[in-house]
Amino acid sequence: MLDYGYPVLSSLVVFPLLAAAGLFIIRGEAVVRGYTLAASIFEIILAIPLATYKFSADFQFVERIAWVSQWGLEYHLAVDGISILMIWLTLFTLPLCVLCSWTYISKRIKEFHFCLLFMTAACVGVFTAMDLVLFYVFWEAMLIPMYLLIAVWGGDERKYASIKFFLYTLAGSTLLLVAIVAFRIEGGTFSIPELMQQTFSFRFQFWCFLAMALAFAIKVPMFPFHTWLPAAHVQAPSAGSVILAAILLKMGTYGFLRFCLPLTPAASEYFAPMMIAISIASILYGGAVALGQSDIKKLIAYSSVGHMGFVTLGIFLFNLRGVEGALFQMLNHGIVTGGLFMMIGTVYERSHSRDISKNLGLGKYLPAFMFFWGLYSLASFGFPGTNGFVGELLVFVGAFQNSLLVGLLIVPGALLAAAYMFRVGLKLAWGTPSSAKTWKDLNTREWVYLLVPAVMVFYIGLAPNVFFRMIDPSVEKLLADYHSRKQVAQSVDEHPMQTAARALFGVAAAKN
Amino acid sequence: MNFSPTLVVPELFQFLLIMALFIQSLGNRDWEPHVERWLPFFAGLGLFVSIVSFKSSGVMFYDVYKLDALSQFFKITIAAGFFVAVLNATRQPTLEGEKRSDYYMFLALSAWGLMILSSATELFTIYLALELSSYSLYTLIPLRAHDKGAAEAGIKYILFGAVATALALYGLSYVLASQQTTYIAALATKSWAWADAPMAVVGLSLFLAGMFYKLALFPFHFWCPDVYQGTSNETAAYVATLPKLGAVVILVRLATLLKPGLEITTTLAWLGAISMTFGNLCALAQKDVKRMLGFSSVAHAGYVMVGLVAGTAQGLAAAAFYALAYVAMNLLAFWVISRVASDGRNLQLDDLNGLYKRAPSLAFSLGVGAFALVGLPPTVGFIGKFFLITAAWNQGYNWLVITLAVNSAFAIYYYLSLVRHAYTEDTLTEGAAPDTSAFSVVGAGLLAAVVLVLGMIPAPLFEFAIAAGQGLMH
Repeated sequence: MLDYGYPVLSSLVVFPLLAAAGLFIIRGEAVVRGYTLAASIFEIILAIPLATYKFSADFQFVERIAWVSQWGLEYHLAVDGISILMIWLTLFTLPLCVLCSWTYISKRIKEFHFCLLFMTAACVGVFTAMDLVLFYVFWEAMLIPMYLLIAVWGGDERKYASIKFFLYTLAGSTLLLVAIVAFRIEGGTFSIPELMQQTFSFRFQFWCFLAMALAFAIKVPMFPFHTWLPAAHVQAPSAGSVILAAILLKMGTYGFLRFCLPLTPAASEYFAPMMIAISIASILYGGAVALGQSDIKKLIAYSSVGHMGFVTLGIFLFNLRGVEGALFQMLNHGIVTGGLFMMIGTVYERSHSRDISKNLGLGKYLPAFMFFWGLYSLASFGFPGTNGFVGELLVFVGAFQNSLLVGLLIVPGALLAAAYMFRVGLKLAWGTPSSAKTWKDLNTREWVYLLVPAVMVFYIGLAPNVFFRMIDPSVEKLLADYHSRKQVAQSVDEHPMQTAARALFGVAAAKN
Repeated sequence: MNFSPTLVVPELFQFLLIMALFIQSLGNRDWEPHVERWLPFFAGLGLFVSIVSFKSSGVMFYDVYKLDALSQFFKITIAAGFFVAVLNATRQPTLEGEKRSDYYMFLALSAWGLMILSSATELFTIYLALELSSYSLYTLIPLRAHDKGAAEAGIKYILFGAVATALALYGLSYVLASQQTTYIAALATKSWAWADAPMAVVGLSLFLAGMFYKLALFPFHFWCPDVYQGTSNETAAYVATLPKLGAVVILVRLATLLKPGLEITTTLAWLGAISMTFGNLCALAQKDVKRMLGFSSVAHAGYVMVGLVAGTAQGLAAAAFYALAYVAMNLLAFWVISRVASDGRNLQLDDLNGLYKRAPSLAFSLGVGAFALVGLPPTVGFIGKFFLITAAWNQGYNWLVITLAVNSAFAIYYYLSLVRHAYTEDTLTEGAAPDTSAFSVVGAGLLAAVVLVLGMIPAPLFEFAIAAGQGLMH
């Protein structure tokens, strides 16, 4: 636990909170921004020991102490190949958010940075918690700062958007808590690694899967539950959108990987066709709707629905390429969509409008801006050489391995992505009449925060090997466990639907 | 009749306090020191005394009065609640000077009744203690200067109370007639199935109705929003919190009779489910903050039922813990309300607009209180709800647990509107400025800290509650 002289993961959770508390005693706008930036960089320095992550499937950097021993609650943190990339993503998002809000946010600056720091602590907590209740605590705690980010610093319809966001996500996760408690009663522990060793009856898995999948599907968001996302994205301030896209959406898919597959393998298998169908619907629907948007932010928001559809599709293919692709897409979507939202913030500060028609013809006057926009657009629809290509290709390989039909169905999704990104890109670059004649091109600060994701776009696109080595052992173990345990549970029960129906109507109790 | 004064020091201390207040109430306002100068210190001392005597155990007065972990747990909570309620009431703008000593005397008397109630293990004793605490409240509620609404609230509370008490007493006679005893320990050995003892089940249901009235459980909740709205903010803070504790402690003791699967237990579960859903749905439509909290306490009464029907030591402990959490959260919310309405008016949601600018620490504390009432981590509201769910799962009432979980989603909307008005609305309304003195800010900060710290480190208190629960179920 103390290999590095301090508990690494705990410090990553606690330090932002301490830094946030420190905000109360400092004064001055520039000081607050500088202080938060310094804190966010120090947070990354604290995470340096994570670079020694061993390429194996074990849980590493484990910290474990009792929390409420009467109830078996533990404070238990660890990382593995599924979460390590998400933690890095979270840590690097924070300084970029501070930088991209430097001039964008001009009111209640202290509270804004408080929310950012609080948010980071909760997000790191979600990705590292190995106790179900601890996970739930972080999962819910994150709602409050996000709500405030939208409700206080958002656009004109911020009240509507923030309440919709809060209601949707909270309603989804109420049943998650019940599922967590049910796992404890059935499995005797809240510890995720220990629950992963156990096999539950199909009927139990059936209901737990549904309860968990609802929470995660709303968070992702998958097709019928996606309506909060465009509202929240459009109204949120630039940094809020970045966090929402880069980190929050990943929590849903992370939940599927961490909970649904290992804990309810038989139910995951049973529901896979449905999940695949919904994922395809998300990809096609998100892409088609994005094509028709006139608001740039809304367009990117709907493109997120499509991209996250690729992730959930990859997960429920249950093959190595699919899950690898899903993890890559999670990382890539975080980098690329985060980058795109920062760019929208940048151009919004110049035009004060998110409308495509108010941001025409930037190519001649803001070449640097258009360079970055073009780069992120290409990465977004998976152009070879960028990171998007790696993730999308893997999901495609996985999909065609699974069935030709699934593969063919998502091809139009990839085409749509190219279509809507080109449509907005062309208008931004060459649309007439140009609205950018008096605007200045990117300044140094904007260069810095756009360059960091751009480097990652190429790095992952051209040399993804190190990332494969990080995630592969865990993915292989996840799938091996999954394939060995889905059959065990299935042989127990041959008629899942009937069992579930009986459970629902209470007949099962009478017959057994 | 074994009586040892050392075991009941908290009760004796409270009694001395009442005597002192009685003497002061005989004089006029010129008597120095004024009651609000000295009482907070002694109420604080009372909390200290009750904490010190947490280990007392024994029985006295022919076994009708029992000191065990449960009673001491509740006595500490009551003493703490009394302390906060007294502090809160010292700045009550709608209380006339010459009535102050009387006000505090009745407040102390009511808390004393609740302390006795938490130790009572026999139905007649319970009844007497309950009346002691109720009669004091009947006089407290109308004490709001220049307000007819308070008188109306007082009348409502008395009428409802009288009916509920009559029902309880009538039920008691049935229980006594059919089970031939009124000691809870002896009653626990009898059968409470409808087939075996229909008259006793009817009697017990009626007796429980008296408790439900105190707790404001559906369908005995009608007084609750009206009384909160009518009475002064500070009195509402007391009425909303401590009497609920008294009801919960009796329900926890009586829950040893309620085995899962019995008709009466299932009825309780249904009442709980209806109460939480109804309370939350009604609260959605409210504009008056106190009225909204009134419906919210109807919902919370329903949550407590989840622990009671579980029929295990953990369930009872969870119910006791949740009662404590409920008191902490509500004292916090009412503290902020009382301070924001520094002229004693009734707060509408719009009156909270822009609170973050006018009184940032009050706004923050209100936020903590609201999110705790929803049951969001890391507050005591979440951990309390979590204990309830865990205790009740797989005890035959899973549907009730799911109802509870789903209710959090209804509840978020109206609790969130407190936060929304405080943080995101900027159109200010007319009215006195909030009290931002050190007294107000420190009090709110400390209560918020209690709500947060108990949420993050619940283990010590919860172990106490578990010990209390096991003491009943052995």
